[in-house]
Amino acid sequence: MLRWLMGGGREPQGLSEKSSVQSLGEEQIQNPYTELLVLKGHHDIVRFLVQIDDCRFASAGDDGIVFLWNAQTGEKLFELHGHTHKITAIAAFPSSGACEEKNHLILTASADRTVIVWDCNSGRQVQKVSCFHSTVKCLTVLQRLDVWLSGGSDLCVWNRKLDLLCKTSHLTDADISALVELPKNCVAAAVGKELIIFRLVVSTEGSEGWDVLEVKRLADHQDNILSLVSVNDLTFVTGSHVGELIVWDGLDWISQVCECNTWDPSFHTVTQQEIKLSQNQHEVSIQHLTSDAECVFAAVGKGIYVYNLQMKRVIACQRTAHDSIVLHIAKLPNRQLISCSEDGSVRIWELREKQQLPAESVPTGFLNMWGFGRANKQASQTAKKMQESTTSYSLELIGDLIGHSSAVQMFLYFSELGLVTCSADHLIILWKDGERESRLRSLTLFQKLEQNDDLQLRF
Amino acid sequence: MISAPDVVAFTKEDEFEEEAYNEPSLPEEYSVPLFPFANHGANPWSKFSGSKFTKDFILISEFSEQVGPQPLLTIPDDAKVSGTFDLNYFSLRIMSVDYQASFVGHPPGCSYPKLNFVEDSKVVLGDSKEGAFAYVHHLTLYDLEARGFVRPFCMAYISTDEHKIMQQFQELSTEFSKASECLKTGNRKAFANELEKKLKDLDYTRTVLHNETEIQKKANDKGFYTTQAIEKANELASVEKSIIEHQDLLKQIRSYPYRKLKDSDFHPYEPECALDQANPSFDQDSTTSNPDEPGETHLYARMPSYTPKLIKAKSAKCFDKKLKTLEELCDVYFFTQTLDQLNQIEKTFRGDVCYLLTNQICKALLKQQSITNFLFEDKSVLDEKPAEKQYSGCQGSNQDTINTKCLEESPIPQVLISLESYKSSVESVPIKMEQEIEDSQEPEVTEPIAFDQNLEYLDADIKGSISSGESIEVLGTEKSTAVLTNSESQASLPIHPSPQVVRSKAVSRRTISEDSIEVLSLCPSESLIPEDFKASYPSAINEESYADDGRGIHVSPSLNPSNVEEMEGNSEQEKLLPVDSACCIGKESPNFLEPLPDLTHKPCDDDGVVSIPPQPYRQVDQGFHVNFTDCSSHDDVSGGLLSYELDPHYLSSREASRISLDEYSDSTSYVSSAASTCSETPSPAHPLSHFNERHKKKAGQNALKFIRQYPFAHPAIYSLLSGRTLIVLGEDEAMVKKLVTALSIFVPNCGVYAKPVKHWVTSPLNIMDFQKWKLIGLQRVVSPVGVNMLHSLSRYSRYISILDADSKTLRCPLYKGTLVPRLADHRTQIKRGSTYYMHVQNILTQLCSKAFLYAFCHHLHLPINETETEESIACRRMNFLKLHLGLVNEDVKVVQYLAELLKLQYIQEPVSSINPMLRFDYVPSFLYKI
Repeated sequence: MLRWLMGGGREPQGLSEKSSVQSLGEEQIQNPYTELLVLKGHHDIVRFLVQIDDCRFASAGDDGIVFLWNAQTGEKLFELHGHTHKITAIAAFPSSGACEEKNHLILTASADRTVIVWDCNSGRQVQKVSCFHSTVKCLTVLQRLDVWLSGGSDLCVWNRKLDLLCKTSHLTDADISALVELPKNCVAAAVGKELIIFRLVVSTEGSEGWDVLEVKRLADHQDNILSLVSVNDLTFVTGSHVGELIVWDGLDWISQVCECNTWDPSFHTVTQQEIKLSQNQHEVSIQHLTSDAECVFAAVGKGIYVYNLQMKRVIACQRTAHDSIVLHIAKLPNRQLISCSEDGSVRIWELREKQQLPAESVPTGFLNMWGFGRANKQASQTAKKMQESTTSYSLELIGDLIGHSSAVQMFLYFSELGLVTCSADHLIILWKDGERESRLRSLTLFQKLEQNDDLQLRF
Repeated sequence: MISAPDVVAFTKEDEFEEEAYNEPSLPEEYSVPLFPFANHGANPWSKFSGSKFTKDFILISEFSEQVGPQPLLTIPDDAKVSGTFDLNYFSLRIMSVDYQASFVGHPPGCSYPKLNFVEDSKVVLGDSKEGAFAYVHHLTLYDLEARGFVRPFCMAYISTDEHKIMQQFQELSTEFSKASECLKTGNRKAFANELEKKLKDLDYTRTVLHNETEIQKKANDKGFYTTQAIEKANELASVEKSIIEHQDLLKQIRSYPYRKLKDSDFHPYEPECALDQANPSFDQDSTTSNPDEPGETHLYARMPSYTPKLIKAKSAKCFDKKLKTLEELCDVYFFTQTLDQLNQIEKTFRGDVCYLLTNQICKALLKQQSITNFLFEDKSVLDEKPAEKQYSGCQGSNQDTINTKCLEESPIPQVLISLESYKSSVESVPIKMEQEIEDSQEPEVTEPIAFDQNLEYLDADIKGSISSGESIEVLGTEKSTAVLTNSESQASLPIHPSPQVVRSKAVSRRTISEDSIEVLSLCPSESLIPEDFKASYPSAINEESYADDGRGIHVSPSLNPSNVEEMEGNSEQEKLLPVDSACCIGKESPNFLEPLPDLTHKPCDDDGVVSIPPQPYRQVDQGFHVNFTDCSSHDDVSGGLLSYELDPHYLSSREASRISLDEYSDSTSYVSSAASTCSETPSPAHPLSHFNERHKKKAGQNALKFIRQYPFAHPAIYSLLSGRTLIVLGEDEAMVKKLVTALSIFVPNCGVYAKPVKHWVTSPLNIMDFQKWKLIGLQRVVSPVGVNMLHSLSRYSRYISILDADSKTLRCPLYKGTLVPRLADHRTQIKRGSTYYMHVQNILTQLCSKAFLYAFCHHLHLPINETETEESIACRRMNFLKLHLGLVNEDVKVVQYLAELLKLQYIQEPVSSINPMLRFDYVPSFLYKI
């Protein structure tokens, strides 16, 4: 394509670089997204998207503005101004259970050291908290306890009315970069290389109050923890900058498995010439993790890896899923996986089973496994089974979405309504299933016809 | 370069004739017979040979009480327009058709002069010798200084094409009525002003006179009055009477029923009436002693304060003063507004009649497709003023006659034919009138009344004793009965209940007379009158003078083709006679009627060139008569040629005018213009679409070129029709723009806004551009920027098709349908851009209707029953597209895309800021090369 364009006497300038990335033809039968809507509003990098309810989402980014959008129509609902600096964290605060009317709140934290609570229905600022010593880098809502936590240089616990319930002492070495809720009123906070477990306990003074205690510090990681995700009540996973993936037990916080170097190509026998030997750390850093009941999906450098928790091994991978670092991945219900990357593309993958000889297709590589006592019977059985049946998995590219001209920071999957992507090119794109939209439009049309009673009325 | 030699035989344009007859003559059997009706100067393409002007124009004339009929101005205001056409003479003719349109004076049983608010009369008349046909709109304006307070004017739309006038009668009438209404509104205002001034003068005069009388009374206490005193008293009395009269006039002019104007275009300046009705006890003191009363001040705030003058007992009349100009009569604001309207009319009716008709039909049809027409039509066509909606069943019902006439196009200026055709078009008028009546809510106006009045009119004519003022009143009253709610004015209409006598007497047939004025119709209500009555109409014009001469009505029926020649001079004289008698300066008429020698060419050289107005004297006329036949019957072609040769000046002026005409059209088609005047001259309805028209033509031509030049035109067009953005990439801006223009005619609009076409872009494209634009001209640059641009193109290649104008390649999805080949056949016989444009428009409209069906078919999109699955609906949809609409392969996608646009357009809220979405398919692209 490009060569053709460059042809006709023009000089191809340094375009000889060949991409090793798996590419898909122009025909993408399985790609449902045949319609797109560009949502304009931001004037800087859009970094965060958060779902509010079934059809609304908020976007925020470096321009400090928060937008609320309708995911169906792409209509801009509200433009929330309040922050003076870029937004560092955003979280939706759903209405607590069966209480009164549905008032959806969102929390935004900004580099101006404030957190603002917004009412999504009115578009108004509910309250602003500005007593922070440093920038809040992460926000987590503990729905069960109806409190939310803010993590920066310390961890604060707030209730819905924005009363500060308690806070930890100042963390000296690093700020909290990620928080994840664990069972038994615990939270895990990623602080630099360390993982700190805090527990919320009912304070001695009042019924409303909570106290926060530091329970444990885990220093298994060699480098900064970049991603932290909870798989289920019993397990959570962390990923670090140098590519360590540690699966933790959610109850006693013991590292179950540490997977490392699987993705380091230098360990592989099949060396890939394309990738330069001058490995930078980014090539193996775990940018994002996501999981479903049985697998953890890791965005490692440019690749995507699927780690099966039961088999305790990587079952499928795409070493170079994108041209550049994968920034965000998500698992869809239908065995599909979506990833977005700095190269501006979004790719849709399908995890396929195939009956093949295990030795060749599965990147067994060099597995570092530490079993910590938990290697029970079942696990060994599964392992045996795996040995017997030659079921293997592969990630197949079934579609890609090209629209952004710069890094796609994040995306949000709205099942039926489509997919929302946000990018450093200041745009948000709403990807939709064209056929479904067409059907919906027809429906609206006939409803409108019925209302109008006549074709001409509107004109 | 004559591309169609067969057409040459039919053309009568001078230069081609020369060629044709200088060649050695062909054997009889090969020669194309001469166009049979050539002697009438009417072939389908060329102008009437007799006409001395090339383009239609509007003439405003006045029947001045001082100098008789005189042309005031033409629109366009350009000496070239009328060419050698004698405006003076033509004014005379058109003004002689109408009489004083208003009856002002002392009606019996009423002591004060009455103003009648009379409707204008609308007349079509033709002058086949001059080759001029005109729609003439007579109106009267009030002028205090004029005789009977009225100044007759007329506005005439003059064309060489009789059919045009006939078929556009309704439209012309509507438009001119608007203009006239505007003029008259201004005039009423000015007249009221004038009256007020006059009243002040009179009041002042009265005061002065009163004082003088008092002084005399004091000086003279002998108990008897001197003659001087009596004179003064009389004078005073007459001033008093004059005051009352003027006040009455003022009241009348202000009581004009303004509600009639509600539907007209302009905003009439209309406050007087309301104010005065609020102030019914309008007595002289209030105006005179208190000139600054609140009502007056804000109305006439612009008017400088007026100092009253003393009025002499005998005011100067007709001759020793300058009459007001039209501008003065109507207030500058209204005058300029009227001029604007007339200019608009001129533009609207420019061009050939078939063009106008097609345009009107086209517009009417487009209006019916209100749902789909936004896709491929320009906004300008759709956003016509509601006034244009006037075009109604009238034309539609007539379509057949029009069509057949266009086909046969036996273009003899047969009066009978035209009369019939006119009749057929008028027959639908009553319906229209009724509509108007309903609109204006004037229940009194009913057709029977109009009928009666026309009969009255005929009756009156027979008697020959009714004053011209009165007859005109009747003439123009088909809609005017109820204009004054005062019963006094109604009472002045004589009632003649039995028109039967007239009927028997007035039977006459229209005949062709070479140079007499042919009054082809008078007013729309003519259709209400039986055929034989209608026939007697035209003669009515002459009847007054006949009556004076004691010859009676029988003269005019005796006119028939056999004795036309003898009658010619006669009738001509008769034509002129009423003018003489009616004109207040009758004794000066010979002077006036002499043609101005400068204006025409030397009569002797001008053998057969009909630029000379007929002479009023019989002996001269005889000689001319022969010449006329020579000229107009082109049997003796050499004679005709001779005349052209003899008069190089004439030829060159014609040539010049033609060239100037061609400047408007495309240069490429100039060469063959002789054969194709028909499609050449048409120009557009209004300035905006004038541009569009040219644009269309250019686009059509470019598109034709594109189709012939590029073998891969089909997939390119398919890309556009299916909503895939096509990018024309090239270094040369002009070339790219040309291609973009060519292709733009295939781009469906996404909304009612401008076409999603961007002619020239120099910066790299992003996804938003594809969302916004469907056709983009992109600059190819050799620089890092250019590489960036190409990168972005290759990145977004799935959304776009790329036409490389430099290397002549195209990259786009495959197309195997049947629709585009019909749209863009590279072997098409269509040669003209505008024709091709229409062809495209035609096919696209068909396509739109398919899309409409698809989009608005309920069961194609919704389940028939609840158990139905989505798959079966989809299956039904496909079946419909393929079997019912007969679409093949990729054509389905075109219709689906258009249907999607229709849906969007329909469901979209009027004010929606949502961006259009970008729809795309994941289909492979292929590279096409020449």
